[in-house]
Amino acid sequence: MRRIPIRKVDIAADATFTLEAYADTIVPGEKRWPGDRAIAGVSTGGGAVSCGALDLLRWDATGIHDGLEDLASQVNEHARAFAEKAGLTLDETVPPFVSLDYDDRVRLIEELTTPGHPEKDFWVLLSLFCNMAYDSAAHLHTDEALEEGHAGLTAMGITAPDADGLWRFQDFGYGRQLADLHPDTTPSGSPA
Amino acid sequence: MSDTIERTDVLVIGSGFGGAIAAYHLAAGGAKVTVLERGPWLKNDEFEHDYQLGSSYTRIFDFVVGDGMSVLGGNCVGGGSVVYFAAMPRAPKFVFDRHGSIGRRMWPKSVSRETLDPWYDRIEESLSVSKQEWNDASYAGGLWGAACDHAGRTANPLAAAIDNSKCVNCNFMMAGCRFEAKQSLTVNYLPGALAHGAEIRPLHEVQYLERTPEGDYRVHYNIVDDEDYRLQSGSGVIEAKIVVMAAGAAATPVILQRSEAHLGTMPHAVGRYFSGNGERLNTAILNEDKVAEILGLSRGDGQLPYGANAIGKGPTVASWDKLDGSLPEYSRYSLEQLYFPPGLGTILAQAPDASGPTWFGKEKKEILKNWKSWLTIFCMTEDDNEGVFGPPPATGNAHRISQQLLGRGNLSYKPTDNTWHGWNQADADVKEILEKDGLAKVMPWTNDLVGAYTVHPLASCRMGDDPNTSALDDTNELRGHSGIFVTDGSAVPGALTVNPAMTIAALAERAVPHIVAAAQAKGIAVTYGAPAPTGYKSGRNAVLPLLRKKQLADA
Repeated sequence: MRRIPIRKVDIAADATFTLEAYADTIVPGEKRWPGDRAIAGVSTGGGAVSCGALDLLRWDATGIHDGLEDLASQVNEHARAFAEKAGLTLDETVPPFVSLDYDDRVRLIEELTTPGHPEKDFWVLLSLFCNMAYDSAAHLHTDEALEEGHAGLTAMGITAPDADGLWRFQDFGYGRQLADLHPDTTPSGSPA
Repeated sequence: MSDTIERTDVLVIGSGFGGAIAAYHLAAGGAKVTVLERGPWLKNDEFEHDYQLGSSYTRIFDFVVGDGMSVLGGNCVGGGSVVYFAAMPRAPKFVFDRHGSIGRRMWPKSVSRETLDPWYDRIEESLSVSKQEWNDASYAGGLWGAACDHAGRTANPLAAAIDNSKCVNCNFMMAGCRFEAKQSLTVNYLPGALAHGAEIRPLHEVQYLERTPEGDYRVHYNIVDDEDYRLQSGSGVIEAKIVVMAAGAAATPVILQRSEAHLGTMPHAVGRYFSGNGERLNTAILNEDKVAEILGLSRGDGQLPYGANAIGKGPTVASWDKLDGSLPEYSRYSLEQLYFPPGLGTILAQAPDASGPTWFGKEKKEILKNWKSWLTIFCMTEDDNEGVFGPPPATGNAHRISQQLLGRGNLSYKPTDNTWHGWNQADADVKEILEKDGLAKVMPWTNDLVGAYTVHPLASCRMGDDPNTSALDDTNELRGHSGIFVTDGSAVPGALTVNPAMTIAALAERAVPHIVAAAQAKGIAVTYGAPAPTGYKSGRNAVLPLLRKKQLADA
């Protein structure tokens, strides 16, 4: 039973919008509504955002919760510099990173996470949690996430647990010898 | 606060293989033993099947990101034995003759496979390690065996510390085994130690050691919150005549580094020569049609012939064809089928043939849809002991970022050409085996994000005969600091080419009579000779004559 209540920080709309675009670049999904600007819409099915990336990022358990607005403003600064260098015109009605198309968002994240980049640690950490929202629903109990049709766990084919919330597999192997043993194997099964 | 300083005979730092084994024998021999463990103490029903932050999956292990190397290790009572996959092979003979980066034998001359075998026997008896049969192999292990066979190779079910009659093949063993199938130390050595009066204190994180005027040791610790490890609530000290350090290869050297200001100069090798056991992971994405057609495998009932990534019990089958002592160093390795759960590793898998980025983006998302058809192959090669720990952080062994699990450490690891030679050969071998006839597409994990990645840190405080390149003598005692012994993975001199738990445990067993002798010399009433924690005596009966011959009482 958890003793510490779950605390989720609130962040401004523009920061949310920017971080959604970042999360969608890590694990892309489909647009939530026509004209959804954060989601690039380069993939079908749910991506990191619909899997709850912002919920996970805002949770104080991650340790990056307090830095989210800074990360959003920094990635927007990088996006502005990126656009200037590439001669792109940004749409001023949305944050700069959101204004970039998917391929440019990818290029920028590749730059930021390149070994040697002074801010690499931050961007890798942000990417890691965005990915975790999709591949392990780290902000939700796994059995409940599956029950609610979590897009990432479902796409990955993770099966439902038994009624008590535990996984058991009665059939687990092919049950027959499939290769010859190495000739130098000891009787207790170690390399000689 | 009371002025009375707490005292114990033997203080053990860490409750994994190195700590639990020493604690058991010393307590059974009559010493007052106190164990400080920085992680929580979870009961069986607290081991959850859940990836949520805050579940046992994140409470009981630690992921520390360094510069060029990240380390995943245990963080709970029972240490690595609670989170490990229970593969328990002995290290092959040639390992003990390795030269590594120093150009001469790195192991003490008194330690070889032959001299370690009686200690390996003790562990097999204590942890019920058994040779697994093909019937015990998971789908993933079976598939790896069949692919090896198809490529003209051999493959072996692994020796393991698992009671198959209790195993449900849930593959959640990394979050702790709630079925007591996995023979963690929490079901043998630690209950044995408790029965003999040892005291285990969880959430006590040791910061540094100093000497008392009497020549004993005063150990300073902080108390860590049991849910949010970023929070600390107080500190304390305890004095002991003998200290057994077993905080793990990513923490023991950090504690010693931090102690240097109080204890005096540490041996040069403290915090140097770190080895990641040469570990590297490859992800194969299987072509299920080819699995059926070429390997003739089927799961029946309309199931995909493999499609079983989540079913099993960690590694069950390994290829030992390259564990050939006649091959040159850095080209010997084992290739082991492994299950790696989502959350921390999935991001490091790369999409084969991607036109864009490989570790994120739309093509990466596509391979995640085939996650059930992933086969992870774990390469354990010979690295070059190139890891070095920088200045210690303020507390613990890392700057904690997340409530649990994640921290930033000061380990720096720049792989040498030798290490890359081993990694590249192993990668190429996995590709050759699994891409044969289109069975799979294979890509290694990327090192670009969190560096290389090891689950088996070793050698950061290693034993050896040469004082310039080893921190411990061949009895595991810290050079220049009598009464401090190191018995965890940091004592292992170098990469083992196989899973190291068996060797760490055997070396800890081997160190115990020396620790007992040192304790006796300091006036502690303690004897050596306890049976296995299960009560079996044949392992003990085999090692006692060796000790008499070596006259350990005079050590």
